Amino acid sequence: MTLRKIKRISLLIGYAIFVTIFFPNNAYAMHIMEGFLPYNWAAFWWMAMIPFVIAGVRSIKKTVTLHPSLKMLLGMAGAFAFVLSALKIPSVTGSSSHPTGVGLGTILFGPTAMTVLGMIVLIFQALLLAHGGITTLGANTFSMGIVGPFVSYGLYKGTKKIGAPLWLSVFLAATLGDLMTYVTTALQMGLAFPSAGVVASTLKFMSIFAFTQIPLAISEGILTVMVINVLSSYSLKELQILSVFTGKELPTSKRGVKE
Amino acid sequence: MKPMTKNGLLLIIVAVLAFAPLILTRDAQFSGADDQAKQAISTLNPNYVPWFKPFWKPPSAEVESFLFALQAAIGSGFVFYYLGYSKGKHSASQKDQP
Repeated sequence: MTLRKIKRISLLIGYAIFVTIFFPNNAYAMHIMEGFLPYNWAAFWWMAMIPFVIAGVRSIKKTVTLHPSLKMLLGMAGAFAFVLSALKIPSVTGSSSHPTGVGLGTILFGPTAMTVLGMIVLIFQALLLAHGGITTLGANTFSMGIVGPFVSYGLYKGTKKIGAPLWLSVFLAATLGDLMTYVTTALQMGLAFPSAGVVASTLKFMSIFAFTQIPLAISEGILTVMVINVLSSYSLKELQILSVFTGKELPTSKRGVKE
Repeated sequence: MKPMTKNGLLLIIVAVLAFAPLILTRDAQFSGADDQAKQAISTLNPNYVPWFKPFWKPPSAEVESFLFALQAAIGSGFVFYYLGYSKGKHSASQKDQP
């Protein structure tokens, strides 16, 4: 690795640490509750969500018709998001929250595919668990299924381009995608309840919605790396079809599984 | 390092991250975010009334945790089904072409 590459990677890590420290303490994080967004904002986020859902359905259709053998892997990416959204994990702030699990699918299938899968998870939780809500589905899908995946996708492609090792790209993509989901939630709440000014309100909700998430985001990053490790040992062909590794990145070292 | 050893070590880190808060902050409530955010809204805008209620709520905390556990079980069931399936496929193809 050249010195320049190392410099760039350390800059990225420095940025991540800065973001981490910047968030104030004492926080709680989860999706926006049913009925807790004023109806104009609820409608706004619903409309903002729809084009991404359409793009996502198209992208999934394309993947499935081109490579029917990838259906199972797609299901697995959805199932991963399903498990992680069900795990409410305690955090250092003394409250609990859950990861989103959309980073893995984003790395494999692209961001808009996860908009659709994330929305399905959110509908399930809204209808059966009264967690999140149908009126707030647009806003929650926007944070978990659009902002999170697009941040993950950008980071994954960006760090790959500057030559970061696979595990680091996957880790950063999944971790910061998760974190940005909840930063977005805070911003959505701040915009909807700007009585102390949009910025002040957003910061207040950010203190609620982001700090708790940090250890969980790191957990999600590690779990995603673990799944990618297993996949690159046993499902190399599928990953090659999806061009998860580009060119020389093919991890021959990771093939060294003893039979 | 074998991938499985690596994953084992990573899993330990995740377990520490998940359980350390329980030891570090013993007297905490570990309540969900939802309630905290509701309080924040009522201080920012005391007049706000939620204009929509969930169609159905789990009748008790037990039922709710059952449904969450079910969600996790279905999800992890499929994840590990796939991982096992691809491991089996992988070793079968290794046997065919030594």
